[in-house]
Amino acid sequence: MARHRFARRASARRKLSPARLSPRDVLHVGSGGLRSRPLRVVLSALGIAIGIATMISVVGVSASSQEQLMRRLDRLGTDMLVASPGESMFAGEDVKLPKNAAGKVGRIDGVEEAGATGTVDTTVRRNDKLPEEESGGITVQAASQELLKVVRGKTASGRWLNGANGRYPAVVLGDVAAQRLGVGQAGAQVWLGDRYFTVVGILAPLPLAPELERSALVGWDAAERLLDFDGHPTSVYERSTDDSVSDVRGLLAPTIDPENPQDVKVTDPSAKLQAKAASEGAFNSLLLGLGGIALLVGGVGVANTMIISVLERRYEIGLRRSLGAACGQIRIQFVTESLLLSGLGGAVGVVLGAAATGVFAHVDGLPWVVPLWSVAGGFGATLVIGTLAGLYPAVRAARLSPTLALHAA
Amino acid sequence: MTRVVGLTGVTKEYAGGVTALRDVDLDIEQGELVGIVGPSGSGKSTLLHIVGTLDRPTSGSVEIAGFDVAALSDRELSALRARHVGFVFQAFHLVPGISAQDNVAEGLLYSGLPRAERRRRAAEALERVGLADRARHRPHELSGGQKQRVAIARAVVGDPELLLADEPTGALDSASGESVMELLHDLGAAGATIAVITHDTEVADRLPRRVRLRDGAVVEDVREDVRERVPGDARAGA
Repeated sequence: MARHRFARRASARRKLSPARLSPRDVLHVGSGGLRSRPLRVVLSALGIAIGIATMISVVGVSASSQEQLMRRLDRLGTDMLVASPGESMFAGEDVKLPKNAAGKVGRIDGVEEAGATGTVDTTVRRNDKLPEEESGGITVQAASQELLKVVRGKTASGRWLNGANGRYPAVVLGDVAAQRLGVGQAGAQVWLGDRYFTVVGILAPLPLAPELERSALVGWDAAERLLDFDGHPTSVYERSTDDSVSDVRGLLAPTIDPENPQDVKVTDPSAKLQAKAASEGAFNSLLLGLGGIALLVGGVGVANTMIISVLERRYEIGLRRSLGAACGQIRIQFVTESLLLSGLGGAVGVVLGAAATGVFAHVDGLPWVVPLWSVAGGFGATLVIGTLAGLYPAVRAARLSPTLALHAA
Repeated sequence: MTRVVGLTGVTKEYAGGVTALRDVDLDIEQGELVGIVGPSGSGKSTLLHIVGTLDRPTSGSVEIAGFDVAALSDRELSALRARHVGFVFQAFHLVPGISAQDNVAEGLLYSGLPRAERRRRAAEALERVGLADRARHRPHELSGGQKQRVAIARAVVGDPELLLADEPTGALDSASGESVMELLHDLGAAGATIAVITHDTEVADRLPRRVRLRDGAVVEDVREDVRERVPGDARAGA
């Protein structure tokens, strides 16, 4: 019976073409060398892992900082504009906004709220014993009642100016101003102009209006009555619906000063924050470069490991050739091994990098963001490196004469 | 009878002027059990490599299982080895850490058969070499003779036309060597074509046909069967 089997085979099949290995077999053959030398696998994958982890965490940390700024920007909104007197065309001439500027702005279509501040030419000190020069960089400003709503501010302590206290010597301090004056809570007294004012409130930080953080705000009436304020606003703040922002932008100057619209300067405070977010998002290229170098060194390590692996396994190569492996199949075996090696390093690196970003974000109170493109890019880079590092050793292995390989044992 | 190996005027020279084989003619018919004998340096290994299509001759023609080797590309030669030639080496060369059955199945890796089928045939081949009960054992749990029998199972699992054994008893004690040779005899009796390369005359003397090499040339080709000792006469008398 057996004889029959041999006889039948001899006459059959006159065409020869090597069988293809299934993907699973390729994986099986490619991982064989790794399974037998786990320590070497760990060490050479580590180089790749460190490189990828560095790059992922550099990108992750800057993305996390950016995300935090973007979230804050979302909260504050990008629908606020500020109008202030611009430079006059004639040198030396003071440009002033009309007294009723805020009221006019409030009537523009789409504007939801408008408020104003006007700089008062006086100083604020902790008490009257201090010299006038020690103003601490704090400006005194008259503020309309609507202002707080427009800038979406909150009081950290006490209350905002209202119809009642706005007429009396009452002051609301921005958070920086309060700090500089050493006022921790509403209820204290500060020397403002030529009398003591009662601090009725302290504001929480205002990222969109940092100038107000450094101000002592007095009610409009009180400023005119007690501090010789001329009633001309120096900044008009307005907030409009999202889709009317650009229309309002064009209308602001002509509305405030129809005769000399060029004298009115319109600014968008959220633009500054946006620029800051963009610059936070630009990651540190020095660190990224370091990560790249680590990755390169890791790739060299993988190539080195692969060359040693090929040298050590010459007999296996000879054996596989005798079992019927074609050159291409030997090549793909070693490229697969290299790919698995660096892919393993890449996967570990992604996890480490994401974890490092997580720790950093947690410590700094940032949201934890690891951009998908950085993970995909990092992992893709390891696959490219794995292929490149494995190609030369694999070609060498495939070119090895089967008889020489068999003699090596 | 079908000719499995046909060497005509095969010469192999290596770079540096070493001539390993000189004008060798060798035919091996299907079902023959041939010993290729000679001292070391006589060209045995070179002959094995050329017959096994691992190497090409400098001149002369080689026909294996009906294929003219000179006309085949590397890919085609690989396929020829995968389907028609089985190798057994002196040092077994089993893959450490995987079972005997998986080692035998490696012999079919490049045959294009699906994995389950490879494992099924491997179990069958182990049964043929009398190691069915050792299928789950890993190489380090096997004796030398058992390892070589696993290696033989790996070589025959694809039912090759030709089985080449390079010093199959070289690394074994005499009792194990005995059992391995018995197995080869059994396979030969079942119809396999086998060439055993050896420098051990004791092993060679028990094979039905012996080809003796010296300095790269065939100096003797004898068959145990008296009728075939002088092939020309035997055919004339028939």
